[in-house]
Amino acid sequence: MILPMKYRVVLRRRFKTGLLFEGVLPVLSVAAALVFAGGALSVFGVSPVATYRAMFRGALGSGYGFSEVVVKTIPLVISGIAVALAFRMKTWNIGAEGQIYLGALASAAMVRYFPSGNQAVMLLTMTVGAALAGGAWGYMAGFMKSRWNVNEVITTLMLNYIGLHLADYFIYGSWRDPSSLGFPMTPPFPPSARLPQFFGTRVHLGIVAAVILVLVFRLVIRWTRWGFEIRAIGDNPRAAVYSGIRYGRNVELVLFISGAIAGLAGMTEIAGLQGRLQPGFSPGYGYTAIIVAWLARLNPWAILVVSFFMGVLLVGGETIQVIMRLPLASVQVIQGCILFSVLGFEFFRNYRVFLVRKESG
Amino acid sequence: MEVLIPILAAAVRSGTPILYATLGEILTERSGVQNLGLEGLMLMGAFMGFSVTHATGNPWLGVIAAFVTGAAISLVHAFLSVSIGANQVVSGLAVAMFGTGASALLGRKMVGLTVTGFGKIPVPVLSGIPVVGPVFFDHDPLVYISYGLAFFLYWFIFHTRPGLNLRAVGESPIVVDAMGLSAARLRYAYTLVGGGLAAVGGSYLSLAYTKMWSEGMSAGRGWIAVALVIFALWNPVRAILGSYLFGGVGAMQLRIQAAGTSFPAPILMMMPYIFTILVLLAISVKKGKGILLGSPGALGVPYSREERT
Amino acid sequence: MSTVQQEPLVTMRGIEKIFVGVRANAEVDFDLYGGEVHTLLGENGAGKSTLMNILSGLYIPDAGSIAVKGLPQVFRSPRDAIRAGIGMVHQHFMLVPTLSVWENVALGLEGNSILMDKDLIVKRIRDIQDRYGIHVDPMTPVWQISIGEQQRVAIIKALYRNAEILILDEPTSVLTPQEARALFETIRQITAEGHGVVFISHKLDEVMDISDRITVLRKGRKVATLPVAEVSKESLAEMMVGRKVVFQVGKTLQNPGRVVLEARDLVVLGDRGRTRVDNFSFDVRQKELLGLAGVSGNGQEELCDALAGIRKIEAGSIKVDGYELAGRPIREFQKRGVSYIPADRMGTGLVRGMNLRENIALRKYWRKEFTRFHFFIHWENIAGRTGQLVERFGVVHPGLGYPARMLSGGNLQKLMLARELTDDPKVVIAVQPTWGLDVSATLFVRETLLEQRDKGAGVLLVSDDLEEILSLSDRIAVIHNGGLMGLVEDPDSVTEEQLGLMMAGTCLEEFRPHGAEAPFAPGKVV
Repeated sequence: MILPMKYRVVLRRRFKTGLLFEGVLPVLSVAAALVFAGGALSVFGVSPVATYRAMFRGALGSGYGFSEVVVKTIPLVISGIAVALAFRMKTWNIGAEGQIYLGALASAAMVRYFPSGNQAVMLLTMTVGAALAGGAWGYMAGFMKSRWNVNEVITTLMLNYIGLHLADYFIYGSWRDPSSLGFPMTPPFPPSARLPQFFGTRVHLGIVAAVILVLVFRLVIRWTRWGFEIRAIGDNPRAAVYSGIRYGRNVELVLFISGAIAGLAGMTEIAGLQGRLQPGFSPGYGYTAIIVAWLARLNPWAILVVSFFMGVLLVGGETIQVIMRLPLASVQVIQGCILFSVLGFEFFRNYRVFLVRKESG
Repeated sequence: MEVLIPILAAAVRSGTPILYATLGEILTERSGVQNLGLEGLMLMGAFMGFSVTHATGNPWLGVIAAFVTGAAISLVHAFLSVSIGANQVVSGLAVAMFGTGASALLGRKMVGLTVTGFGKIPVPVLSGIPVVGPVFFDHDPLVYISYGLAFFLYWFIFHTRPGLNLRAVGESPIVVDAMGLSAARLRYAYTLVGGGLAAVGGSYLSLAYTKMWSEGMSAGRGWIAVALVIFALWNPVRAILGSYLFGGVGAMQLRIQAAGTSFPAPILMMMPYIFTILVLLAISVKKGKGILLGSPGALGVPYSREERT
Repeated sequence: MSTVQQEPLVTMRGIEKIFVGVRANAEVDFDLYGGEVHTLLGENGAGKSTLMNILSGLYIPDAGSIAVKGLPQVFRSPRDAIRAGIGMVHQHFMLVPTLSVWENVALGLEGNSILMDKDLIVKRIRDIQDRYGIHVDPMTPVWQISIGEQQRVAIIKALYRNAEILILDEPTSVLTPQEARALFETIRQITAEGHGVVFISHKLDEVMDISDRITVLRKGRKVATLPVAEVSKESLAEMMVGRKVVFQVGKTLQNPGRVVLEARDLVVLGDRGRTRVDNFSFDVRQKELLGLAGVSGNGQEELCDALAGIRKIEAGSIKVDGYELAGRPIREFQKRGVSYIPADRMGTGLVRGMNLRENIALRKYWRKEFTRFHFFIHWENIAGRTGQLVERFGVVHPGLGYPARMLSGGNLQKLMLARELTDDPKVVIAVQPTWGLDVSATLFVRETLLEQRDKGAGVLLVSDDLEEILSLSDRIAVIHNGGLMGLVEDPDSVTEEQLGLMMAGTCLEEFRPHGAEAPFAPGKVV
C-alpha cells in the first residue's frame, strides 16, 4: 500500500476468509458509510439523526412501508442479478437502467400491438418482448466490445440515455393516453397484462421471478460449463482464452442475457406495479443495481439481502422527500458513501495491515 | 455562411464545459487513473461556483471554489484507486453518484436564483476578423482560458520534464518508481487536478453559460467527456475539436427545439449520445483490435511497489 | 583481471528482508571493490534480486546497514541510491516502451527546471557511447529496438547518472552467446575505468568466465564468498543447491514415427502488427523431441501461440496428424491432441483466483467424462482426477480447494504439466518450461517431457537455454527474427558456438558449406 507520507505499511496477504468475516465486513462497511454520510449530511445543513429516523420509520415502521420496501426489492433483485452476471465476467454493464426501459417499452408495445385477453398469453408475450428488447440493448454494447474493443462502460452508459429518450418519444408521442389530462403516460393496461398482486398489497408476482432468478444464477455460476467460463474470463481472460474459451462470443452472450434480465425487471415493474408506461418510472433502479451487485460481492444470496436494504433506503428516500422536503437525489449521497466505504473496506478483505513508522537511520 | 456563425459560436460555448472536463480527464488518465465520476464533479463544480459567487459577488472566487471542491472529491477516488487499488470503474461511479446527490441536496435552496457571473469580453482586434472573430473571440474569459489551457497542456505533456514523467507513469509506473519518483504521488496529483478541472467546467455552466443553478444541469456532459478523452487520443489539442463538435450537436439541438419545429424533442435529445457512440466506433474500427495508439498502457491498473508477483 | 582497489566501494552488513512470511534475505553480508566484477550467484528465489533491490533503493531492509565508500547510507528511495552512485540494470529493463531512448535516459533526472535541454542530453549520451563503446540511436522509440539494444540503453542510463557501482541483474538471459560476449567486453571496459560491477546470475558457465569474486546465496542466506580461482562449476552448484548435483538427464534413443505436427509457410503477426514469424516451415514426428533454439523475442512465442491455435495466422498451414487446423478455434486444436505449456504460466496458463480443481478443469471441463447432462460440470469427477494428478506429479499444496496463487513457482509448473500432459496428447508444445525453477523441479520437468516423447507424442521444446536444448533434443531448429535459420538433424554434430551464431542470424550454410561430413537440412537464407 502506498501513502505519500512517512509511514511504512506492512501487509500480509490474506488467502482465505471465513464466512463470518465475509458477512461481517460488508455490514461494517455499510455502518461506516452511514456514519460518514451522516457527517456529510450535517455539513450540508441537514440533521442526520432526523433524516435516518424518518427514513427507517417510513420504510419499516408500518406494514405498508414494509410492503413498499418489498415492492422496490423486486426490481433491484432482478436487475442486481443482471448486473452481477455481467460483472462476474468483468464486463461492466452500466446500462441496466436503459435495458430496464427497453424492457418496459417492449412490454408496452406488446400490449398495444398484440393484445390478448388471455393473461398467460399476454404476460408471456410481454416477457419475451421485454427480454429480447433488453437483450438487444445489451447485445449492442457487447458486439461493439467483442468486435472492436469499444469500452462497454461508455457504450452502455450512452445507451441508457438513448433508451430513456426512446421511451419518452413513444410516451409523449403516439402512445399517449388522450384521457390522461396532460400527464404523459400510456393508457392503463388491460387486466390480462397485469401481474397479480398479493394480499391487497402492491407486492406482485414479480417476486417469484426474482427468487427464481437468484436460484438460476447460483446454479449457472457454480454448476454449469458456461458459468465456469464466465468465472474464468472474469479472473484471467488470457488464461481463459488459452483454455479454448471463446472471449468475444461470451462477451456478447453475457451482455445479451444481462440486458434481457434487466429488461425483465422493467416488464415486472410496469406489469406488476404501475399498469402503464410512464416517463421516469424507474427511479434509477439500474444504477442502484450496480451498488447492490457490488455490495453483495456478486453473490446471489447476498443480492437478496442487499436489495432489501436498498429498498429500505429508497422508500426512506421517498419519505424524506415528502416529510423533510429534500430532493430524491439526496439518497445518492448515501449510496455514493456506501460504495466508497465498501471499496475501502475491500482492502481489509485482501490484506492484514500493520502500520509501522518508517525508521529514520 | 452568415447563418452558421452564431451556431458555431454557440458550439464553442456549449463545448467549453466539456473541454475543461476532457482536459482534466486526459491528465488523470495519462497518469494511469480512470475517473468516471466527471458528471458528479461537474455538478458539484456548478453548484459550488454558483453558491460562492452568489455569496461573494466574485465569479473568480466561484471558479476557484469549484476547482478545490472537484479536487477534494477526487481525493477520495485517488485514495481508493492508488493506495487501495480498488476497482476504478466502481469508484468513479461512486464519485458520480455522490456528486449528483450532494449537488442536488445542497442546491435545493438555490433554484431560481441568478448571478451576474461572467460577461462577454470580446478580444480587441481579433474579434473583428470575419467569421473567426465572432466564433472564437467574442466570449467570456473562461472560454479564452480554455484555449490557453489546451495548448499549454499540449506543450506540458510533450515538451517538458514533468510531462515526460506523466507519460512515463501512465505507461510503466514501476519504471518511474525505480527512477526515484513516486508513481503514487504523481497519480494523486493528476487525479486531483483532473477532477478540479472537471469541476471548473461545471462552474462554467452556472456562471457563464446560464447564470443559474438547477439540479442535474450538466445533462450528461460529464459522461460525454469520458468518451471524448478516447476520441481525442489523450491529446489536449485534439480534445478541442471533439468538445466543439459535441457543443455543436448540443447547440443544434437547442436551436431546432427553439425553432418550434415538429421534430420530436426526445429524438433530438438522443443525438449527443448516439453521436458519442458513433465517434467511439469510428476510432475503434479504424484501429482494429490492436492497441489504441496513445492509450496509456497502465490505465486503470492498480500498481503496488512492494508486491512480488 | 582488473586492478582491485583497497577500500570497498560498497559494504552491506547483516541485511534482513521479509516478505509475506518468507525471509528473502537473512543476515547477508556483501561488499564490492572498485575495478572488480563480483557475482551474486544463486537459484531463483535465493534472494539475489532482493539484495540488490535493497542496494538500489527500491526496497527498504528490515535490518542491516549499507555503506558506500566508507560513508553509512540510508536509501529511502531509488533516488538516494542513484545519488550515492549506484546504478541498476534490472532483468526486465526499467524502460518505458513508448518513449524514445533519450527520453528514457532523461526520465527522472535531477534538476528543477521544467524544460529539458534535449540537445545537451543527446550530446552527453553520445559521449558516453563513445567512451564505453556502447552504440544505440538516441532518437528511436524503445519499443522498436532490439532487446540487446534496450539493455544497452539501460546501461547508458546508469552511466549517465555517474554510477560508480553498476548492478546487472541476469543480463544475459535475453542475449545470444555472441551478444553476451560483447556485453562482457563492455563490462571489462567499465571495470577498467574503475567502476565496480555486481553481476547477478544463475548460469555457472558465464559466472566462471566474467567474475573476479563470487558470493553464493541459498534460501536467503550467504553460503560463501570466494575468488573465482578457488571454485569450480561443481563446487558452485553444490553450494547453490546444498547437495551434489547431477547435471545430465537420462535420454534413451527412440525411433521417430510419422509426422504428427506439420507447419508450412507460417506467417504470424505480433501484438503491434509487425510480422513476427515469416514463412516458417518444419515438422515434428512421433516419438521425437524437436528443440527450437533462439534468443527470446525472436518470434517463438508468437509461433507457439499460432501452433496452439491461440494466435491467428496470416498465411500457411498447420496440420496435426494430417488434419488441417489453421483458422480453427482453439478448442479444436485441443480436441485434436495439442497440449500447450506457455512461458508465462501464472499469467496465461493458470487462473490465480481459482482453486486447484478449477484450474485442472480449465483443460478438461468440456470432455464427456466431466460433464453431466451436457451443460453441467461434474465436479466430483474433476475433484477425483485432480487428486490423482496432484499426487502423481508431486504438487505441494495446502488443499485442493485453495486458490492457485498460493503455490510456489515450481509447483505451479507441475500443476500445469499435470493438466496438459495427462490426456495422451499427440503434440506437446512447451515454451521455456524450466524457467525460474530450482534444480529438482527442472529435472522433473525435463524427465516428464522425455516421458511424453517416449510414449509417442511429438514434443516441441522452445528454450533459450542451449544446454537444455542440446541435452534433450533429437533434432534442433533455430529461429531468428521469425525465420528458420537452420535445422540440425544430429545435435552431437553441432557446437554451442555454431548454434549461437545461428541464433544471432547467421545461416547454417554459411559455416557449413555443402558437401560437409554430417547430414544437414538446408537453412533459410535471410
